[in-house]
Amino acid sequence: MTARTFDRLLPSILGLGTLVVLVLLVELLIRVNLVNRFIVPMPSQIAGAFERVIVEEDIPHRFLVTMREALWATALLAVFGIGIGVLLYRVQLLRDATETWVAAMASAPTVLMYPLFLVIFGRSEKTIIMMGFVAGLPAVILKTIEGLAGTRRVLINVGRSLKLTEMQLFGKILFPAALPTIFVCLSLGMIFALIVIVGVEFLINVGGLGQLINDLAERYDLPGTYAAICFVILVSVVFFFLTDRVEKWLRPAA
Amino acid sequence: MSSAAPRIADPAPRPGIADPALAVEDIVKRFETPDGIMTAVDHISFNVAPGEFLAVIGPSGCGKSTLFNIIGGLMDGYDGRVAVSGETVKGPHAAIGMVFQEESTFPWRTVIENVAFPLEITGIAKAERIARARHFVDLVGLSGFERRYPAELSGGMRQRVAIARTLASEPKILLMDEPFGALDEQTRLLLGDKVLQIQDQLKQTCLLITHNITEAVQLADRVLVMTYRPGRVKRIVPIELARPRSSEIVSSDAFGHYVAQIWGDLREEASRGMQDDEKHRGGKP
Repeated sequence: MTARTFDRLLPSILGLGTLVVLVLLVELLIRVNLVNRFIVPMPSQIAGAFERVIVEEDIPHRFLVTMREALWATALLAVFGIGIGVLLYRVQLLRDATETWVAAMASAPTVLMYPLFLVIFGRSEKTIIMMGFVAGLPAVILKTIEGLAGTRRVLINVGRSLKLTEMQLFGKILFPAALPTIFVCLSLGMIFALIVIVGVEFLINVGGLGQLINDLAERYDLPGTYAAICFVILVSVVFFFLTDRVEKWLRPAA
Repeated sequence: MSSAAPRIADPAPRPGIADPALAVEDIVKRFETPDGIMTAVDHISFNVAPGEFLAVIGPSGCGKSTLFNIIGGLMDGYDGRVAVSGETVKGPHAAIGMVFQEESTFPWRTVIENVAFPLEITGIAKAERIARARHFVDLVGLSGFERRYPAELSGGMRQRVAIARTLASEPKILLMDEPFGALDEQTRLLLGDKVLQIQDQLKQTCLLITHNITEAVQLADRVLVMTYRPGRVKRIVPIELARPRSSEIVSSDAFGHYVAQIWGDLREEASRGMQDDEKHRGGKP
């Protein structure tokens, strides 16, 4: 390995190393009885539970169900969240009238509205997707407005000096300039959506990994529960990877 | 006091000025401020002949940028008239290309894509616009950097990209607002050389807004000195230094003479600006 390759890989090695050290530390603390093993299972037990959970609990299917729900929620967030954000940016009156409400909605515990969603959409994936979408929506709207409003004045003036139409100004300057912020907001919205998706799966006992976590927790299978939580983290990692790829594709210089 | 400063329409007519590329006629711009109405630009008039390089110089706060925005069509609500080849300017005009003081390249586009931007807007086919953009990239001395992104370039190179992008729209008049303001002195002088070469090649009519006397004398055929608030024309100084010029000219006696002459005019205005600034910040005069 050349020195340059090592330098490039160093952050990843350091990150992974830190994780391994933390896991070993937790293992040690449990083994010397400083942490109660009936509350936190040993990492070695969690590792041992992976195979069992994957084989017996049909993890690949559940993983795909949660992924699919998260994908749908993210797609809805991209279409409606960014769309509403653009609309509120463009129509000052609407923005003044609703921005406070949207901000208030961002901090509201919308997950508690799940009975209402159950009545409207039934005990199905639709409820989970819609709740995930609603949970992420305010963040995406607010960040889209912030990204568009944060476009440097001089870039807009370049467009105006070249006599761009309003549509051209938006498509060629405002939107590309706001893309980094929009991707941050999409990632943020996705985090909120994923938390709620897994939470509602858990609450209504329907769907993918959330339901499995509920089942395993009720069986008091702590290593299995933590192993299932690791797969939720994997969903999140896959999504971050995907949004990162899409952003790099849309804005290679980002 | 500048309030008593004479209003000079254009005391130094130039050949061809009867048919100016740019005419600025009796411009007045007022702003509402918490302290009342503030006149930023007060009855400013001047002409720029085709192919001429005019520099407008004045202390900070004299209304230079207001004038830039008015001429560029980015600001309305003023009295007076701006005309390009006799046609009154209402809003941005295709004949006026603007180069801004702030870094204005699009960070998400490569150098060639930035320069081709005005051509893309006009709907020119990709192959043709890239070929034409390549010419302007070459003109500003950035050949080899076509595929780089602005973040990979120095401040001076980015400003050259912005100049090339403006030139690609083939404006009759190049309007520049302190384009080298954020650059160090050496880069500024060298970029001045580049602008002189471009102007010499394209016979471009140029209007440069600046607060840098050296830059104004190095580049311009005439230097218009503005008063401090309200901004008026204090004097127009013809610069009779031989062309083609380069930054080497800054060491000549004639150059020093012009710099001293303009500084003589500007010093009083800059002092007023400084005193005004101190007064507003609550300091002792």
